[in-house]
Amino acid sequence: MALTKAQIVETVQKEIGLPKKSSTELIEDLLEIIKRTLEAGEDVLISGFGKFCVKQKRARRGRNPATGDDLMLSPRRVLTFKCSGKLRKRINS
Amino acid sequence: MNKLELISALKNEANISKSEAAKVVQIFFDSMADAMSKGERVEIRGLCSFFVKKYKSYVGRNPKTGDKVIISPKKLPFFKSGKELKDRVDS
Repeated sequence: MALTKAQIVETVQKEIGLPKKSSTELIEDLLEIIKRTLEAGEDVLISGFGKFCVKQKRARRGRNPATGDDLMLSPRRVLTFKCSGKLRKRINS
Repeated sequence: MNKLELISALKNEANISKSEAAKVVQIFFDSMADAMSKGERVEIRGLCSFFVKKYKSYVGRNPKTGDKVIISPKKLPFFKSGKELKDRVDS
């Protein structure tokens, strides 16, 4: 079973004692803030969890793996995640 | 942006108290960390997904000295950006 938004909303509802609708809105607000920040090119650092980084990739020559054709990959921005030491310990214990 | 700035942004966006905003942020990241520590997948639509990858023990080398070192088995979270976020970051 995967953890989804619905379960997180349920936990917010229980622990803060808010109605389901407001709990959902709070989580959506939180997600929107994170997305907006990353969209602006700013990293999001959550101590004890990890860091969401925006990386600038330069143009490079790539290949279509299916056909083997050469092609140019345009410069783009990608997201990476760096796990914090604390989270790593927690996952491995 | 760090966790405190995220809490403060949520407080302003949602018009809630700082302590409530702090709780929401804590619950969000704690739930994900909890799930991963149990080896569960995490799927947050539009944002990202995580799964825990298991690595077997292997013999590695210290890149500086060239010495052999035994790397014990480990688990690491794998991050995959969600489609919406991926598109927004690259636009």
